[in-house]
Amino acid sequence: MLEKNPVVFIILAFVVIMVGTTITMIAPFKWINGAGDRIAEVKPYTPLQQEGRDIYMREGCNNCHSQTVRTLASDVERYGYGGSYSKSGEFVYDRPHLWGSRRTGPDLAHIGLKYPDPKGAWHKKHMENPQSVVPASNMPSYAFLNTPLNTTYSERKMKLLDFPYTQADLDDLKGKTEMDAIIAYLRKLGTDIPVKKAEAATQAPAALKNPFTDLKAVEKDAESLYMQNCASCHGDKREGNLGPALKGSAKSEADLFKTVFQGIEANGMPAFGGTLDEQKIWKLVTLIKLGAK
Amino acid sequence: MNVKTQYYDDSVKGFITWSIIWGTVAVLVGILISLQLSWPQLNVAPYLTYGRLRPIHTNAGIFGWGIGSFIGLFFYITQRLTKTPLWSPGLARVTLWLFNIGIASAAVTLAMGINRTKEYAELEWPLAVVVAIIWVLFSVNVFMTILKRKEEQMYISLWYIMAALVGVTVLYVVNNLGVPLHLFKSYPIFAGTNDANVQWWYGHNAVAMVLTAPPLALFYYFLPKVTGNPIYSHRMGIIAFWSLIFMYLWTGAHHLLWTPIPDWIQTLAMAFSIMLIAPSWGAVMNGYLTMNGQWEQMKSNYLVKFLICGITFYGLQTLQGPMQAIRTFSAFIHYTDWVPGHVHMGTLGWVSMVIFAAMYYAVTKIFETEIYSVKLANIHFWLILIGQLIYSITMWIAGVQQGSMLLATNPDGTLHYSFMETMIAIFPYYKIRAISGFIYLGGLVAFIFNIYKTFQKGAASQAAKA
Repeated sequence: MLEKNPVVFIILAFVVIMVGTTITMIAPFKWINGAGDRIAEVKPYTPLQQEGRDIYMREGCNNCHSQTVRTLASDVERYGYGGSYSKSGEFVYDRPHLWGSRRTGPDLAHIGLKYPDPKGAWHKKHMENPQSVVPASNMPSYAFLNTPLNTTYSERKMKLLDFPYTQADLDDLKGKTEMDAIIAYLRKLGTDIPVKKAEAATQAPAALKNPFTDLKAVEKDAESLYMQNCASCHGDKREGNLGPALKGSAKSEADLFKTVFQGIEANGMPAFGGTLDEQKIWKLVTLIKLGAK
Repeated sequence: MNVKTQYYDDSVKGFITWSIIWGTVAVLVGILISLQLSWPQLNVAPYLTYGRLRPIHTNAGIFGWGIGSFIGLFFYITQRLTKTPLWSPGLARVTLWLFNIGIASAAVTLAMGINRTKEYAELEWPLAVVVAIIWVLFSVNVFMTILKRKEEQMYISLWYIMAALVGVTVLYVVNNLGVPLHLFKSYPIFAGTNDANVQWWYGHNAVAMVLTAPPLALFYYFLPKVTGNPIYSHRMGIIAFWSLIFMYLWTGAHHLLWTPIPDWIQTLAMAFSIMLIAPSWGAVMNGYLTMNGQWEQMKSNYLVKFLICGITFYGLQTLQGPMQAIRTFSAFIHYTDWVPGHVHMGTLGWVSMVIFAAMYYAVTKIFETEIYSVKLANIHFWLILIGQLIYSITMWIAGVQQGSMLLATNPDGTLHYSFMETMIAIFPYYKIRAISGFIYLGGLVAFIFNIYKTFQKGAASQAAKA
């Protein structure tokens, strides 16, 4: 009969399609984003952050950057930035989700933890000219975001998305650029859930003793590490730029190690303890202490 | 007494022509964005940046080339299989107009940054409505033709077509549900993990209902036509059909392994992905066994090359896909270039090869003529085959290399490579990929020239007859 009755056929095909759909797509609405998933600390976006999120979407950032730290050690190590893997509760205000499917650039779920600088100086420099910060980067320049932010729909967005906002939040939009908005969004990502800072500090190795005494032995490695990780803020020749000059630092080797490992949040110096191993950090310290003045 | 049914083929020709144009756009944009990955200076802000162009590439490929050619070729085969003229030629003409307006507006709005970001469902709500209307108009036309058919039995191709009509409608509507902010912006009604689950239920089943069922409908129709052999087993086709459309819908979450999606959904997706090997290979074996005793046609018949190579890539695709859907392997290659390598074997290899064969055959039948140049068709075949193989193989190597570098750790558990080091390692492969794009484009140019000449020849001989 099926081979002769298209109406019966099409109804049956619909039913067959709906079995898997119901179980794996419709039924989960019962659990996902429910009370069990919620995380009290996670807050909705402010008007400025939501504008930034909309610019992130407009520019299709999700085509190269994912936003989910998987439950894999290497993912947590690389993209957790001191935080943990991504949890469902972190995304309850994301319409749409921006998890992405390809990492031509790094994951950004917790990027707010990586660059704690309140002014977002690194992000601004990077967005305007990515190669000035990461020389080998293949990211396009987004200098064109230095234009005034269109705030016509900002309030309506808050209402539509049912996010709380104050008049002060809306006033905060005045004079802001699109660049300010996207940086505000990036700086929010991953920062709602408090990272246990004390614990991170004790992770620094107890014995702060530089295993390298001879600059020549490590210079080549150290230079390449420096160019990759430090040059963008401290200058190609350690002459200083966004960050201070690093020629003949007065700090002790142990202090330098701690600074690189743990960062100095208030100054915008990121912690590298999660991305560089001890050996590499000591090589950098050796370069900074013993390198050409 | 043997009165020939008058088929309506103007819209078939129209859809074939326009889908080739949009397909060429997809390839050209693909080449441009592959070059941008090596030379970021090639990004022209703000309209021609990678982030805005990549959705144009995928939408032109899936909607312009894929769906456009399926609409045209389904108009063609539905009429023949039902021995009935198309239900409404007027509706078909309207559909073609809407289709071109829709795809052109899609390209313009995506370049302007108007998008929903959800992969393969990027178009903002007014255009999503247009896409839905196009699909419904097309579906009604095909379905009414089937209802009014003169041939009682419905051949397996019609099954696949009808499943696609229903499937695409359900998927597209659900994943596009949203609340408009204004004419050019909307927010989905789903949030976070729910939105991700709906998206990949859609995303993976778009592969089922657009890039699997429709080319299988073409394959089941054109292989017997081209070879003169009846399909090996109609029964096997039917068993494979029902199990395919049953199992596919469970597998979307294999795009979301190790994410906050509940584990049981991931596990179901993984299990069903592996089970899908059976129906997929049911179709592959049906194709191979149809060739029993006729394998010499691989040498003598250029269309057989396209069809058999196409179904072979389908077979490889449906082994590689389930492998990628396994948690451990996904941990290794997900988010790397392995995946674009996989996708392009499916789209450039399987789907496009079958469409090319179907277009060659349909165009010569419509014009009652021979192909302009078999030699050129062979050149076309080899260039797209080589281009696609270079593309996929370099991306697999790049994916394995980057995947292993990303996972490499030092004895103390810290990461061995920075993210940038893993990118620098794969940059050379990006350049090879760009070259493979040009090779594929060369094949496409040979195809377009051949089809154009055949159109010309056909039009001339029809004018002479009249």
